[in-house]
Amino acid sequence: MTTPFLEVRDLHVNFPTPDGMVKANQGISFTVARGETLAIVGESGSGKSVSTLAVMGLHNRKVARITGQAILNLEGGPVDVIAASESEVRKLRGKQMAMIFQDPMSSLHPYYTIGDQLSEAWRLHNHGSKRDGLKRAVEMLDIVGIPGAAKRAKDYPHQFSGGMRQRAMIAMALINNPALLIADEPTTALDVTVQSQILQLLRDLQRDFNTAIVLITHDLGVVAELSDRVNVMYAGRIVEQATIDDVFYKPMMPYTMGLLESIPRVDRGSGGRLRAIPGQPPSLIVLPKGCSFEPRCHLKHQVVDGRCQSQLPDLEEVMPGHFGRCHLSPEALTLAHVEGVR
Amino acid sequence: MAKYLAKRIAYTVLILILVSISVYLIFSVLPMDPAALTCGKTCRPDVIEANRHRLGLDIPLWQQYWNFVRGMFVGRDYGTGQAAFHCDAPAFGYSFNRHECVTTLIKEAFPVTLSLAIGAFVLWMIVGVSLGVIAARFKHRIPDRLATFFVLVGTSLPTFITGLLMLVFIVMRFGLANPLDIGKWVSPVTDPLGWMKTFIWPWMVLALAYAATYTRFTRSSVIETSSEDYIRTARSKGLSDRVVLWKHTLRAAVAPIVTMAGLDFAGLLGGAIITEQIFNLPGLGRLAIRAVLIDYDLPTIVATTLLAASFVVVMNLIVDVLYAFIDPRVRVA
Repeated sequence: MTTPFLEVRDLHVNFPTPDGMVKANQGISFTVARGETLAIVGESGSGKSVSTLAVMGLHNRKVARITGQAILNLEGGPVDVIAASESEVRKLRGKQMAMIFQDPMSSLHPYYTIGDQLSEAWRLHNHGSKRDGLKRAVEMLDIVGIPGAAKRAKDYPHQFSGGMRQRAMIAMALINNPALLIADEPTTALDVTVQSQILQLLRDLQRDFNTAIVLITHDLGVVAELSDRVNVMYAGRIVEQATIDDVFYKPMMPYTMGLLESIPRVDRGSGGRLRAIPGQPPSLIVLPKGCSFEPRCHLKHQVVDGRCQSQLPDLEEVMPGHFGRCHLSPEALTLAHVEGVR
Repeated sequence: MAKYLAKRIAYTVLILILVSISVYLIFSVLPMDPAALTCGKTCRPDVIEANRHRLGLDIPLWQQYWNFVRGMFVGRDYGTGQAAFHCDAPAFGYSFNRHECVTTLIKEAFPVTLSLAIGAFVLWMIVGVSLGVIAARFKHRIPDRLATFFVLVGTSLPTFITGLLMLVFIVMRFGLANPLDIGKWVSPVTDPLGWMKTFIWPWMVLALAYAATYTRFTRSSVIETSSEDYIRTARSKGLSDRVVLWKHTLRAAVAPIVTMAGLDFAGLLGGAIITEQIFNLPGLGRLAIRAVLIDYDLPTIVATTLLAASFVVVMNLIVDVLYAFIDPRVRVA
């Protein structure tokens, strides 16, 4: 296997607040290669976005306390964006790594035309005239499937529909052909038919440009459609890391099971209630001493010695390429999952 | 755009008509006889009646209003024969106390108020907006704290305090200005330097109060815009902080400031009563105050009130048009 493009190692992100230190990320490690899609799933506040914003260097340096490494393996050699200076990271941003956001309604500047905004992104990292920039913008809009791109480039964001705006955002993110695209809930704000179009577009573009994609979502349907591998996050930590099939069919963490069981499914008959995970995620300021998920876990009673309450389980490779953070044995977890599905 | 403009203009005209009706009505129903006010306490009833007829106050109210409106467009004649006199269009009435057409009084006073308003406006916009931007840029750091202090001082000191302090220290204590220059109207066309000398102190007094408000407003507008999603997008493109601030943040943050600036400027055009009084400036504010407190000069009160209201209404229209230039969502609906 070739070297992955992005290697995140033991990333910690803390935010000091008047109430105490918010520990948003506590030792996140993952890798993504070009052409590969890594999904990060988890509920709101689990630290999904925080980790990718750290990779992009978009946290306020004066506020956020960031340690660890986020290495981009560029052609000219590896660069650690956590250690790099702001101006160094700025040169990589938009050029080597780009990001699209959840709400395309508010992510484009309302006072500039779509063409201007795309052209600005291109001209920032390339030497070219305004006209070249606009030409490139139209080209990209065409690629992402905006009909009449030359004409639509003169439009303002409010003249675009939600799906079109997200297409324009994608065009802007990919205008410099970055090696890494971070998509932070790219379809959450869109309606379902548009969602699948956008996912299809991302898939096609990834194939054409050989982009590494980090997809942040809480929608496991989106994960299933687009990803190769999945990171499940809970309370600032990765609790399960595996291929898409392993996560769906052999989850090795009660939290992942809970997520899977809370998806409505047509093959499970009607009339039944969806099973929600009881309780709330813990405060990121005062975390439980043991496993963060223990207070909500429906399997904790199977661990008789009370380790769940006192000791944080490690992220262990329970099967080849499949990591889980749980005190229960893989066999017990498999059994629990089978029972849960039935 | 043309449709938007036409709609806004029609709307403005309608409001102006309503304003003129209500202003005229309010002062006509006051328990004060304008005819009796035309001559002193020892006035004979027949003189009052004669004046009432000459001023056209003996006809139904709606006809009076009609004559008033007509006068604004074609001028107005009062009385007949030898005692007749004429006010040129736009005529707002005749002031018996001052023995002048109200329009003449306004023509004298308006340049003073305009000078005061323009100078103060320029000064406070420059100071207020730049301090606001600096404060937002260095949020919670020393420049921001200093700006906050300035805001506190500026907003808590009323103009009648700062104005008097200015007079005491600048003129009397330090002798920086000749007392004779205070309140002396000098046309900026004939003597720009003298004009500046007259107005620099009142400008500073007015600008201090407004600049403080604008510093606070600009600061919060810039900070609010900074947290918008599209600013995060701009940063994720790799733009430098400078470009993000000047091109992306300020462009959006300036819109509400324009609205506020337009209305504040219009308000000042109606007369800065306190500042004009302190610096003895013969502007619209002083004209109005004298008409209200000393002369009971109803035609002048009606005219100055109507004028002040019109400035606000018309400036609203101008702000709306400006807004269309700033915000494409208004322009390209």
